[in-house]
Amino acid sequence: MSEYRVIGKPLRKVDATDKVLGKTLFADDLIKPRMLFCKLLRSHIPHGTVGKVDIGPALAMPGVIAGLIGEDLPTTFGILPISQDEHALALDKVRFVGDPIAAIVAEDEETAEAAIHLIQAELEPLDSISSIDQAIRTPEPRIHDYGAYGNIHKLVNLEFGDVEEGFAEADHVREDMVFFEGNTHLPIEQHASLADWSPDGKLTLWSSTQTPHYVHKALARVLGMPAARIRVIACPNGGGFGGKSDPFNHEIVVAELARRTGRPVKITLTREEVFYCHRGRHPILMRVKSGVKKDGSITGMHFQSLLDGGGYGSYGVASTFYSGALQTVTYNIKRYKFDGARMFTNKPPCGPKRGHGTPQPRHALEVHLDKIAEDLHLDPAEMRLNNLVPPDSVTANYLKVGTMGLGKCIEKVIEGSGWKEKHRKMPHGRGIGIACSSYLSGAGLPIYWNSMPHSGVMLKLDRGGGVAVFCGSIDIGQGSDSVLAYVVAEVLGIDPFDIRVVTADTDLTPVDLGSYSSRVTLMSGNAALQAAEKARELLAQAAAEKLEVPSGEIVFADGRVFWASDPEKGMSFAKAVVAAESKFGTIGTVGSYTPPRSPGQYKGAGVGPSPAYSYSAAIAEVDVDPETGIVSARKIWIGHDIGQSINPMLVIGQVEGGVYMGLGEALMEEMAYRDRVNIVHKTPSMLDYKSPTTHEMCEVETYLVEDPDPNGPFGAKEVGQGPLLPTIPAIANAVYDAVGVRIDEVPITPEKVLRAIRAKEKGKDPRIGPTKFPEPEWSEPLVVPPPWEGGDGKPVEKKEVAG
Amino acid sequence: MLRLPNFHYHVPESLAEAVRIKKDLGPLAMFVAGGTDLYPKMKRRQQEPHHVVQIGHLEELQGVRRLDDGSCRIGAGITLTTLAGDTTLKRDYPALAEAAHLVASPQLRNVGTLGGNLCLDTRCNYYDQTYEWRKGISFCLKKDGDTCWVARSSPKCLAVTSTDTAPVAIALAAEIELVSTRGDRTVPAGDFYSNDGIRYLTKDPDELVTGIRLPPPNGWRSSYVKLRRRGTFDFPVLGIAAWIRRGDGGTDAPVEEARIVLGAVFSEPVLAPEAADALIGRPLSTETISDAADAMYKLAKPMDNTDFLLSWRKEMVKPYTKKALEKLIG
Repeated sequence: MSEYRVIGKPLRKVDATDKVLGKTLFADDLIKPRMLFCKLLRSHIPHGTVGKVDIGPALAMPGVIAGLIGEDLPTTFGILPISQDEHALALDKVRFVGDPIAAIVAEDEETAEAAIHLIQAELEPLDSISSIDQAIRTPEPRIHDYGAYGNIHKLVNLEFGDVEEGFAEADHVREDMVFFEGNTHLPIEQHASLADWSPDGKLTLWSSTQTPHYVHKALARVLGMPAARIRVIACPNGGGFGGKSDPFNHEIVVAELARRTGRPVKITLTREEVFYCHRGRHPILMRVKSGVKKDGSITGMHFQSLLDGGGYGSYGVASTFYSGALQTVTYNIKRYKFDGARMFTNKPPCGPKRGHGTPQPRHALEVHLDKIAEDLHLDPAEMRLNNLVPPDSVTANYLKVGTMGLGKCIEKVIEGSGWKEKHRKMPHGRGIGIACSSYLSGAGLPIYWNSMPHSGVMLKLDRGGGVAVFCGSIDIGQGSDSVLAYVVAEVLGIDPFDIRVVTADTDLTPVDLGSYSSRVTLMSGNAALQAAEKARELLAQAAAEKLEVPSGEIVFADGRVFWASDPEKGMSFAKAVVAAESKFGTIGTVGSYTPPRSPGQYKGAGVGPSPAYSYSAAIAEVDVDPETGIVSARKIWIGHDIGQSINPMLVIGQVEGGVYMGLGEALMEEMAYRDRVNIVHKTPSMLDYKSPTTHEMCEVETYLVEDPDPNGPFGAKEVGQGPLLPTIPAIANAVYDAVGVRIDEVPITPEKVLRAIRAKEKGKDPRIGPTKFPEPEWSEPLVVPPPWEGGDGKPVEKKEVAG
Repeated sequence: MLRLPNFHYHVPESLAEAVRIKKDLGPLAMFVAGGTDLYPKMKRRQQEPHHVVQIGHLEELQGVRRLDDGSCRIGAGITLTTLAGDTTLKRDYPALAEAAHLVASPQLRNVGTLGGNLCLDTRCNYYDQTYEWRKGISFCLKKDGDTCWVARSSPKCLAVTSTDTAPVAIALAAEIELVSTRGDRTVPAGDFYSNDGIRYLTKDPDELVTGIRLPPPNGWRSSYVKLRRRGTFDFPVLGIAAWIRRGDGGTDAPVEEARIVLGAVFSEPVLAPEAADALIGRPLSTETISDAADAMYKLAKPMDNTDFLLSWRKEMVKPYTKKALEKLIG
């Protein structure tokens, strides 16, 4: 590793200076001459049919330029091809409080704001649904007229081996129910978009989006315009976390208004409106049943998820699959069955938030395992260590695991935290808990079916030695621009701060699918690596010719290109570019990346595969005040298998950020709604939606486990999402160690902890959590025998059971 | 983004001019100093003054001054940061400095003032929402509607007092200075509040709080504790201010006089004589503190209008009363 000059070094980010000086232009910073301002009228009822929407009175107001209603943009859209269920403005129905109905554009924002109150919208209320249970019980009225049945949006039933057989083989069988409440991304930057229409009929949209490519596609679809005439530029995101991964109604609305008015149109959402865009963590009610041998090895597991999807599809079908997919990549599970159901409810739609669909089941699983370890009188850390999935293996549900550093992560945190001296040994009120997890380094399949690369990079080399990297990826604060520069700089032996990075502009940059799914470092990194290697080859050939040495012996380092045997014999990088351009013509190269095929070939096998899985293990130490139930995290030790750090400082930053976000989800964050008066969000503000501050953040000790993965650029795997996952169950398990109560419901609030402590004092069940599991009408499972039962990744007909 | 509506902004040159403007414009005008309470509420259309009268700069509202009788006069316009950091106040009135320190966040304390915190609008999570949100519940009794959603049968608004400094002011038996075009007067802090979420101040609407007067620091002790979700930023969901005077004989001497105030539960900070009675005549001990905590617990009837479950907020009255009183031992 030490031979790298850039990779693995704690360099600053290439955009750090601009960010620190406040020079970075976010979408809301953009100002255009003659710019207009847009405001949306949103539904005040959670469910209803839309009658006449009269914007006439608003249009009559001085300063108002134009307006739109649902009929003006009748084409549906949505992030997934199978759930194109959104309208830019409600056409037939509204499905949650906050669903947009009409748009007004005016000379200034105050006028637009005043004008939306003049719109006359006839809404006929329908019965509404606010919970999972209610959605199962209430098939009519349907919130959408598509889906599995009634208000069940999606059902997934998969069976990999006979779990009943697994339970029969077990020494111990345990079942647990856990509820994970929904929570939201809470980026500092609210969504903002600016659209401009040129006189020659071209549209440009600047937007705070994580997925400019998908926005590009959605605009072409809804506006009925050739994609070639639309340019989407993603501005640097002031935080995304998954909340800016869908194409949004406001983006389409400002684009259409720019087309109609011929003037630039901007919208900046209020914080409350960001809560209505949501697409955050699904509330999930889970039931997990496992059969285990005395040593904790899992003979069979049945996992069930009921997801509260909110009013639209969003990524929900993928989220449903994800809530059952990654359980198998950490510990050996011989037989595995998954049932998942996503409901439509009259709340803002849920979607992907950091960990997308996996933190909830991971939480349930890791708490479940903690209980199993106690049942079996095993140390929960040892039990995990003894049952790890081996590297280079295929799981029961056909996920191909490559490098697997979880064992090392567990060992690091056990040692660092003093686990053996602390677990079950600390005074009442102080506790320690462990949990592990895994996450994707990018999804193996794209969101819409195609066989093109997931990421592309173009390099342009200038005669003066300048290198420009063009890539469709967008930096959402995670450092993807820097990763592109570091990778190219490493290959070409130049200073990363000399490189110009041009990203996320559909006119200028090749497609990258977006900054989601922890895919950017691996995928655009690989594409950049390929493009840089091609450029290097051209330069090496030209330089070798000049130097009269073999091109295979040319070295690129420190801004020079020279002969390995005699470094004096060489030239500056710029001279090498001149030599190459003289020999080959203009120097531009491209690179692209497509993930390897995965072995699963059943319906649903597309969700879960990844070129590489990251692994994390966390130990949390907490204090629980037995008198108040208040939980405070003292310290978290976390080991993360990163494969290879491109920049360890950025990796640790992501680990700490993930831990911080996990801490908030574990202890306080919740998307709470009132459903008594109306289904309204209880706290749509940064003051009242409680998220931790620096006061609540604990010390974090990070251990990076490096074992380069052959599929990652220089061996790198993901870090953006994985480290959030073990934090939450580690805290729950630590709370149990501290005061002996199980809070099987996230967030673990003081109210719940105190109630459980009081119950324990009275000799009652010291557990707070769900006790009922409403069953939807499950479909027949798709049966896929696991590899060790002779399966080939394809489903088989389920064998008839006698009797 | 959420924008302020248009309004007329007045910067009077004198106190007399300030109160005259308010008198002339009546309910259309509101005073502002730091604006940390008013401006966000104007953005959300909870407060809709057409005129805003700046008073933070007026000389009469400045400074911390020791008076001849040993009492102390604090201008209403001093910032909470100044109040929290003033070395004299920290020595003589530590509970008040502590309460100021616990308000909001450093940025907000840098502009928010003592007067503003004393007059802080009552809060409720049916009320502290945008116009659009409130429209979704057909508004509430406190603003634009006719139902108190916290308790539909309630004839009065149940919005909760959320000031940290007021419980301390009451516990210390501070006097509030008021000025209007009719002249000036002082009222005991305990009489300044009313248990009505809408009319939560007893002063006339055109009266301006110019300062508070604190009794001489002659041997009594005081404390303030605050419960909130996070270590900064949040309004209290419970505040306990305690004040005791012991007889001669050191820390074991019996408590002669006590005032314990319950903040952030009702629409006004409430003085609890039953809790004081549990202390008076006895030395401050685990037992008397526990009795006082029980009395506070009985008194507290939180409603579902702030963060946390109301049952837990009530539960917390005991340990937080204990915390406040334990600070006075020794």
